[in-house]
Amino acid sequence: MTTPSLEQIRDRILAAVPAAEASLVNNPGPAAQHSLLIDRAHLVEVARFLRDDPELRLDYCSNVTGIDQPEREVVDKVRRKVPAPDGSGEREVEEKVKRIEPGFLEVVYHLFSMARKHGPVVLRVRTGDRAGDASVPSLTPVWRACEFQEREVFDLFGIVFTGHPNLRRILMWDAFVGHPMRKDYVEPDDYEWEPTPHDAVLERVKARQAVASTPEEGPTT
Amino acid sequence: MRAVHDEFHGDLMEVSMGPHHPSTHGVFRMNVVLDGERIVKLKPVFGYLHRNHEKLGEGMTWLASMPFTDRLDYLCAMTNNWAYALAVERLTGLQPPERAEYIRVVLAELTRLLNHTCLAGFLLQDTGAMGTPLMYAFREREKILDLFEALSGSRMMCNYQRFGGCRVDVSPAWLAAARKVVDAYPRFLDEFEALVTGNEIVMARTQGVGRVAPELAVAAGVTGPMLRACGVDYDIRKVDGYGLYPRFHFRVPLGDHGDTYDRYMIRVLEMRESIGILKQAIDGIPDGPILDPKAKGRGLRPPAGEAYGRIEGPKGEIGFFLVSDGTPNPSRYRVRAPSFVNLTILEDMCLGHTVADAVVILGSIDIVLGEVDR
Amino acid sequence: MSDATTTTITEEQRAELRRHGILLTSLQELYNWGRSNSVWPLQFGLACCAIEMIAASMARFDIARFGSEVFRPSPRQADLLIVSGTVTKKMAPQVVRLWNQMPEPKYCIAMGACAISGGPFKQGYNVLKGIDRYIPVDVYVPGCPPRPEALLHGLMKLQEKIRAQPLAGPDAPRHLRADDPCVYPVPECGATDLEPPFNPEVWKPPTLVRDDA
Repeated sequence: MTTPSLEQIRDRILAAVPAAEASLVNNPGPAAQHSLLIDRAHLVEVARFLRDDPELRLDYCSNVTGIDQPEREVVDKVRRKVPAPDGSGEREVEEKVKRIEPGFLEVVYHLFSMARKHGPVVLRVRTGDRAGDASVPSLTPVWRACEFQEREVFDLFGIVFTGHPNLRRILMWDAFVGHPMRKDYVEPDDYEWEPTPHDAVLERVKARQAVASTPEEGPTT
Repeated sequence: MRAVHDEFHGDLMEVSMGPHHPSTHGVFRMNVVLDGERIVKLKPVFGYLHRNHEKLGEGMTWLASMPFTDRLDYLCAMTNNWAYALAVERLTGLQPPERAEYIRVVLAELTRLLNHTCLAGFLLQDTGAMGTPLMYAFREREKILDLFEALSGSRMMCNYQRFGGCRVDVSPAWLAAARKVVDAYPRFLDEFEALVTGNEIVMARTQGVGRVAPELAVAAGVTGPMLRACGVDYDIRKVDGYGLYPRFHFRVPLGDHGDTYDRYMIRVLEMRESIGILKQAIDGIPDGPILDPKAKGRGLRPPAGEAYGRIEGPKGEIGFFLVSDGTPNPSRYRVRAPSFVNLTILEDMCLGHTVADAVVILGSIDIVLGEVDR
Repeated sequence: MSDATTTTITEEQRAELRRHGILLTSLQELYNWGRSNSVWPLQFGLACCAIEMIAASMARFDIARFGSEVFRPSPRQADLLIVSGTVTKKMAPQVVRLWNQMPEPKYCIAMGACAISGGPFKQGYNVLKGIDRYIPVDVYVPGCPPRPEALLHGLMKLQEKIRAQPLAGPDAPRHLRADDPCVYPVPECGATDLEPPFNPEVWKPPTLVRDDA
């Protein structure tokens, strides 16, 4: 059975949950698995609709994962009209404009339907703030399948799922500080020097020891 | 181990089973609260084999992750390879040639045989049949591993699939050897079933133990033989029709009760179907190239975008969610591991049963810690 | 029991005597012969290598030929810890605790690249870079995973090592000496890493010499 197009799904969502904001996120690659970006406030309502809607029946939440997109510099090509230097009218020039795209944390849900055997429908929800209020509503009450996977996203990305029944670290130990899958995570020092990728680690160790100023035995050069 | 006092149950005992426990299939841990011998609460604890697969995957090139996928579910390297290759093929638009698709089907079904055989051996080990069934299972496993070794050079960590095809071609001699193993397999299954399937002790230990309602299984995202043992007809080979599966005739066995016995039987029946697929695939394999001419191993830079590719692994839906930003490394590399999600309902299955039953139930879920913790 | 008895007569002479039905031995030799052929491993699997360890104990490879088929589920009954697989930082305290719970004489085989050095997962934030940072390792079996034959070879190497141990003097094994500790400090999981990151009694970080420094 073919999946209804995302535009149709979005229209159905907007008809059922009028307050929700649902926008299409285009996937430019050959996979063409486009997705729906839902606002945080109405995520649970939308999810429940998608699960219960007799036409969609997305009863199976396969994959839940986080994405950390750090702040990045994007170069846009902009065409602009400038007066020609010789004064004969206008000329079109292409300019490269740099802009800073803010970073975000994102949770992606891959939904399928076991009843009607279609899918995937990809839901995304974003939290703009990477430091403080990185929280999204939990979908565990809608799909049990999210329970451990959301805990994993919390553990590794630091996204707080409000309404999760048991939000604790799952893979790392409880006393662990930090969220290792974030792009800006700094790993603990490695005390073995090897010629290639560990050089950066060694520099870090040296810098840290210089700050500590009490060189003990260990990695020194 | 410590005593817990509960207003309702009176004195309870909290026992930590694992991470070193002979029946937890690796370094899995369950915190079990017991009332006498009955389980009133069970919390799985993960992470003792969390080897940062996803973080490492984001720090290396696309092809460099391929040998790491072998080590996810270390019993089923070939299907892990295929799932990853499939996701990258979705991402890049590569199309494996027909011969490669046939080889993939052969190897995936051999892997299914191998995994289900080992599972049956381990499950019986968990019920207390020490040694013997596992000896039978590993005898058959070695035959399949010999095939993998002859083809890929490694017994367990095959690193065989490539984006858009396979690494080395199969020879007619290899196909003949595979056909011989496949032809001999029903005899082993008959022998094994004669020992086990009708065995009174096995039935007493497994029937009615760890029942799962189909509604719960669907809501909890359970996949693979565990789901089909509950009677839900969902096999990704049929639903997605990836690879060349629509060409092959096979049935999807379904269970009635969703208990441990059904989960064992489903696997035996699936093995018999796999033998059928293998015979069709080995006989029908066409000549031709095994790699898409556009395929690129090193230096692959998929266009920016994302893809989710999934296949029906022996344990359930194994999927890879990949995000590319056009650089040589993936910007997000995520593994959807079937046994991790299948563990969601472990507590529901075990409540009210004894500790000895919890061991059998865990065995019937078929977990591999390399995949659960990644 | 002294070393002198073993050195006064050569192997050839003894083989000649054996051919005539005379068995000469020393207490040390008898003791070590018995120990080396009843090494009971702990049934302890960590990751991929554990499957090959099981395969080594199954019909085709049959570790029973070397007297080591009795895999014990309890560390109290085991002589040999086969660290078969990746040791994560979350798991390392438990591995050291298991080692402490084993009675002397005890031996350790680091099976596979991960147990030796972290292997392919070395750069992971949760992966211990070699179990020899916390407990003394007798035999290293490289491979990813090592074939069952390689594990058997490792076991034979361990048996050679046991047979060569003198029962007295400074080279005596740990269980015959009062001064050597058989209990090692168990690390704790800290904020990002294990505390302490290694046991200085068994492992020291290598001295780093770089050409460009």
